[in-house]
Amino acid sequence: MSKKIDLVFEKYPNASRDSLIPILQDIQETEGFISKESVEKVGKYLNLPASKIFGVATFYNQFRFTPVGKYHIEICRGTACHVKGSLNILEEFKRHLKIIPGETSRDGIFSLEVVACIGACGLAPAITVNGEVHAKVTRDSVKKLIKNYRREVSKDA
Amino acid sequence: MFKIKVNNREVEAQKGEMILDTLKREGINVPTLCHIPGLFPTGACRMCVVEIEGYSGLIPSCAMPVQEGMKIETHSPKAIRARKTIIELLLADHPDDCLYCVRNGNCELQNQAEELGIRQRRFVGEKSTYDIDASSPSILRDPAKCILCGKCVRVCEEIQGVSAIDFVERGCKTEIGTAFKEGLNISSCINCGQCIIACPTGALREKSNVKEVMNALADPDKHVVIQHAPSISVTIGEEFGLKPGRDVAGVMVTAMRRLGCDAVFDTSFTADLTIVEEATEFVNRVKAGEKLPIMSSCSPGWVKFVEQFYPQFLENVSTCKSPQQMLGAIIKSYYAEKEGIDPTKIFSIGVMPCSAKKFEAERPEMVNEHGTPDIDAVLSTREFARVIKMRGLDLNKLEPGIADNPFAERSSAGKIFGATGGVAEAAVRTAYNLLTGQELADPVIKELRGMDGIKIAYIPVGDLKVGVAVVSGLGNARKLLDEIVAGRDDIHFIEVMTCPGGCINGGGQPHYVDMDAIKARMKVLYDIDRDSAVRTSHNNKYIQKLYKEYLGEPNGPKSHKLLHTHYTQRDVLK
Repeated sequence: MSKKIDLVFEKYPNASRDSLIPILQDIQETEGFISKESVEKVGKYLNLPASKIFGVATFYNQFRFTPVGKYHIEICRGTACHVKGSLNILEEFKRHLKIIPGETSRDGIFSLEVVACIGACGLAPAITVNGEVHAKVTRDSVKKLIKNYRREVSKDA
Repeated sequence: MFKIKVNNREVEAQKGEMILDTLKREGINVPTLCHIPGLFPTGACRMCVVEIEGYSGLIPSCAMPVQEGMKIETHSPKAIRARKTIIELLLADHPDDCLYCVRNGNCELQNQAEELGIRQRRFVGEKSTYDIDASSPSILRDPAKCILCGKCVRVCEEIQGVSAIDFVERGCKTEIGTAFKEGLNISSCINCGQCIIACPTGALREKSNVKEVMNALADPDKHVVIQHAPSISVTIGEEFGLKPGRDVAGVMVTAMRRLGCDAVFDTSFTADLTIVEEATEFVNRVKAGEKLPIMSSCSPGWVKFVEQFYPQFLENVSTCKSPQQMLGAIIKSYYAEKEGIDPTKIFSIGVMPCSAKKFEAERPEMVNEHGTPDIDAVLSTREFARVIKMRGLDLNKLEPGIADNPFAERSSAGKIFGATGGVAEAAVRTAYNLLTGQELADPVIKELRGMDGIKIAYIPVGDLKVGVAVVSGLGNARKLLDEIVAGRDDIHFIEVMTCPGGCINGGGQPHYVDMDAIKARMKVLYDIDRDSAVRTSHNNKYIQKLYKEYLGEPNGPKSHKLLHTHYTQRDVLK
């Protein structure tokens, strides 16, 4: 894991605190989330306290602090999806998975994220699961979706 | 110097200063919630806004430099209305539990609501709910009471160089927290409590040990022993309305007896003991030419700071326990033996200017051979004042008393431990004697006194020029340590006190202080030193007797067992 972070640092030679956000973005890109270990490493590299890095990272919605689940669900909250009721879809996921956006379910299977427009307005309300788009989601289909993925997991096991 | 007009009155202003500084000097009180004198202004709270002719809108006076010919209105209806609205909005998301709050009566938010005459609730809305962080043995965080002024964050970062806390999240979800919102106990917090002193409300307060103390006092089976740190007697008077800079040692001792304490001891006595041990350790290291510079270990915030941030210097830190812990150890060994008391029945209280002392007392290194901690409870100056008030004692009407035997007398070298530079000055007085067999011609080392963050003196001892550095505020400690890392080698002895100015400005001291109050506290300590008959720790007869009767010799096997310890590297997210 730490080797990957060192590779990120290589892209930012002689970096100062201005590079904090791009570095965090790159780490999230490679690791999927911002871990304590990476905050500590970034702190050492940029000479910044961990509390400050965490403060900056929590200011932005894009950073998460738990690893993503086996199935990473991104819910579009763009304008078109909003008009088509994406809030209800989000609430439905929260209710079934018992997590809020940015979190991962305890069994590590699902993680939830809110994203702005994913450019699939014609398919609103849309969500993606591990990048695969699901169109015209309804409350009922949310339930089915979760059930299907759970079944997949138990099949694998 | 030039003239400006404030409220239609001509006022002298100095080039480069902020409007707020001019107003303060002129005795015009403009309220602030986020201002920290000496630090760069943030202009976060907007309470200090004033109207300036030619400027549109309201201008924060803390962040606006004065200019010649400025015409300022400090209390115009517009300014007052703005301030009032700010307080009303803050109150809208503040718990209504003033009567249950530890800061009731000395809360800045409450005071300003009162001064602005807020008598009705204009804004009602959803209140934020947060969990209290009670994980730290020293500091309790109650984010519901936080008004996000940011003073704690700035003190932790800019004065102490620790940065355990920062603003996390965004917008109306913003709160003050540690990295990954972990408990303070496992964060890089060093427990100094400077954030408590900075906090305008009850959002940061000490972890109270009043209950344990009251229970012990009420327990007939307990032999309750209390000790007071050198700086307590010169600050506690302020909690009873006295001006800063009054020494009330005598009546305080009487108050301790009246509370029901079976014995009252002065921590300054073991400050003397610390000096004899530490000076001996220093002289031994100088002779052996190793582990130099020696670094003082009296300040528990500093010790944790080294453990976390500069573990490479742990070897340099003196192995001496702090005076509180030395007295704790001696009480449950020597004193217990001498008086024929079962040490497990002794309840030992420390009254300290410090929140980190609560942490120190709980350290596993400070547990004695009976399996109990050497110090059972630590009260801050503020908590102790509360106990005195709770028991209805009037400090103004008590007859002065003196501390108990066998630790009745201290030298004034032990007393000046309360101010930055005091430990070093006391140590130099004794080390000089150990190295040369003579006494310093003048015990006063002027270069080591005063409020500067880093003070350095070179003391000629025989053909050696001993470099002594005194640091207060850990941000300054960082500077000096980094110089040493870079190769600076003219320093042999370093005294570090965690809090700026030393224990007289500790995290357990009374709220509402300015620099003048801290200087007054410092002056009274040095006045006591000036007027004392015994000004060196090694000439304290009771210390000599303690070695003769019990300890043997300084740094001997018995001292090592009771009075010394070792600290180890501490891994925290920092």
